[in-house]
Amino acid sequence: MMSYYNEMFEGDKVRDPYARLRDWVETMPDDFRQMKQAEAEALFRRIGITFAVYGEGGDPDRLIPFDMMPRVFEQAEWRRLERGIKQRARALNAFLRDVYGRGEIIRAGRIPARLVYQNEAYEKAVVGVVPPRGVYSHIIGIDLVRTAKDEFYVLEDNCRTPSGVSYMLENREIMMRMFPQLFRGNKIEPVDQYPELLRRTLESVAPAKCSERPTCVILTPGHFNSAYYEHSFLANLMGVELVEGQDLFVDGEFCYMRTTTGPKRVDVIYRRIDDPYLDPLCFRPDSMLGIPGLMDVYRSGGVSICSAPGAGVADDKAIYTFVPEMVRFYLGEEPILNNVQTWTLWKDDDYRYVMENLGDLVVKEVHGSGGYGMLVGPKSTKEEIEAFRAKIQANPSNYIAQPTLSLSTCPTFVDEGIAPRHVDLRPYCLCGDRIELVPGGLTRVALREGSLVVNSSQGGGVKDTWVLSE
Amino acid sequence: MLSRTASNLFWMGRHLERAETAARLLDVGQRITLMPNTETGYQNEWNSLLQASGTSDLFARKYGEITQEKVEEFIFFDRDNPSSVVGCLEKARESGRIVRTALTSQVWDALNVAYQELRHLERKPRAAVDTASLVDFTTGHTSTVRGAINATQLRNDGWHFMNLGYGLERADATARLLDVKYFVLLPRIEFVGSGLDTYQWQVILRALSAHRAYHWAYGGDITAGQVADFLILNGESPRALITSLYETVWHLEGLARRYGEAVPNAARDKARETLAALQDRNIEMIFDEGLHEFLSWFIGELSEISNLVHQDYLQGGA
Repeated sequence: MMSYYNEMFEGDKVRDPYARLRDWVETMPDDFRQMKQAEAEALFRRIGITFAVYGEGGDPDRLIPFDMMPRVFEQAEWRRLERGIKQRARALNAFLRDVYGRGEIIRAGRIPARLVYQNEAYEKAVVGVVPPRGVYSHIIGIDLVRTAKDEFYVLEDNCRTPSGVSYMLENREIMMRMFPQLFRGNKIEPVDQYPELLRRTLESVAPAKCSERPTCVILTPGHFNSAYYEHSFLANLMGVELVEGQDLFVDGEFCYMRTTTGPKRVDVIYRRIDDPYLDPLCFRPDSMLGIPGLMDVYRSGGVSICSAPGAGVADDKAIYTFVPEMVRFYLGEEPILNNVQTWTLWKDDDYRYVMENLGDLVVKEVHGSGGYGMLVGPKSTKEEIEAFRAKIQANPSNYIAQPTLSLSTCPTFVDEGIAPRHVDLRPYCLCGDRIELVPGGLTRVALREGSLVVNSSQGGGVKDTWVLSE
Repeated sequence: MLSRTASNLFWMGRHLERAETAARLLDVGQRITLMPNTETGYQNEWNSLLQASGTSDLFARKYGEITQEKVEEFIFFDRDNPSSVVGCLEKARESGRIVRTALTSQVWDALNVAYQELRHLERKPRAAVDTASLVDFTTGHTSTVRGAINATQLRNDGWHFMNLGYGLERADATARLLDVKYFVLLPRIEFVGSGLDTYQWQVILRALSAHRAYHWAYGGDITAGQVADFLILNGESPRALITSLYETVWHLEGLARRYGEAVPNAARDKARETLAALQDRNIEMIFDEGLHEFLSWFIGELSEISNLVHQDYLQGGA
């Protein structure tokens, strides 16, 4: 039996950051929680924060379960995380600049050329194109887990279009509305400056040809997308247009949107669609979501695309193993945040080890996401393990393996009262002329007892994340 | 404003108004079937109603024989019918969802609540919901949305586009309702001026919630000439053709003022022209021309104004 770090307790003692919450829970009248839970759900449903799960059919207006018990960091814990995240964000962007340029890290033999240049996410179309300020990935969502008081591990870097930030903001909004007494005294650092910071970040990477105040837009695949709510939410808070591919067109060296008063030039596109759909003339010719000719405008500096096409090569699960190396190589620093030990199955030794220990490991597809296509060894039956073994044998280089981590738990409201449930954390780091992040992030919680899978597509929930000021 | 945003606001208004019209048609039909009838039974009335809404072929293909239950299913619940209440409310909500950044939270809330309750209503056994409650459900919710729009939306271009949709659709709807009367009446010309004729005009007034207003405006008797005047040319009557068109022109002028001369004004010019043509007529001239012929002309004008709105604003100048 593994032991888990419980974020609320140190032995029998409640840790300082949670003291207030403990008092709150203990003085809570009976039935209060059920009442508030129903109120929270009604609020979420009313504002229409929903999450459609791909391939499941069912209710397109499904809610992600919201847990009212917050997760708390004290200032010192957070500062260290923040330094680690910013460091990682700088290294990842340096790596992208490098691999679309001279490829020093490969020449130096620190990363195998094959993993980069033959990577599906490596876009040959943008080799040699340096985006404004050399930033390729502007919004980086780094997934973290905690295993002990001072031990955090990075599970994954999301350099393309990480989602979930609307939950970070709405969870806070709803907590403040329902439990104002918890917030009085101002000990909890605010997160609501995020949209403003995002807009400033986007404006700071406007293309060179933009001489006036840049016009930024958010590009969505449309209202059928599961994250559409988030797209419209951010557009709303930033005061920018939410556009679909059909709203944009290319004329000459610029990109324009169709408005009621005629064409209006667009300078910065925060795209929430994947590379292959951006421009049917450059990538997938069958894409109905993109804008024909966009890549030409991008390459000639007429428009900025955030994140830049090709940024995905940095958040691949195979490249992930090299991020600490990037920190040392580009920044000359020691990584503040650790990687999880990772076996790469295209190496013979790793392959042998993983195949012998499948029952103890977590195996993931290199390009998988959302908790799909993975094996959690200790939680699987013999049959499931053998079925997965066959898949690995068929294509070893498609997989990596990691030890099952003893993810920390956070007290969570469940039917019987309060019980520990496993959590992870996704803070959102913004990279423009400055690198910034708001104090907080999205805490995801596995609501089933013992489950380590926190993805919303796998029945996980979310909770508010507090950073306490000194 | 994005052309697509403007387009969705425009169509949100149109679909909300269209849902209301569908419910009102149902009300007209229902009331007509309650009146003392001829030997052909109520089928003719329901059929003229379907004809006026331009969906009689679709109905015949899908349902065959006309019964009240089938018509009710078709006009209220059937998603294959593009003008059904469910279809229109769903499309209005979808448009609203697409342009949520252009709606106040109160408008979105009203729209979303209408949609959620509609889904609830759909799951009820049909026998448990009567026609009157379906009509009330629809007019109640559309009024709430409308109220939220008037109370909370900024008076900007988006507001003009929404109201343009409402105005054009309402003019179209009143014209089509009047046309029902024509279709009902035509086969039995001997009824003109009879008690039955008066009853039918009354039904139309009731369906437009304009019965009381008519009496305020004209006093005692209900006559064909006065009802037609009320619904076509009386500028005090909220659903009259001339009122709807006047509002349409007003909103188009609002856009023209806001956007200036750099943006084409073909829709405004056309709407002004149609309004002037309407102002030049009196009700005798319209009856001489033939009510049906007049209404067909008018519906054609509306469709042209709609097309010009599309060309002026909704294509984005590309």
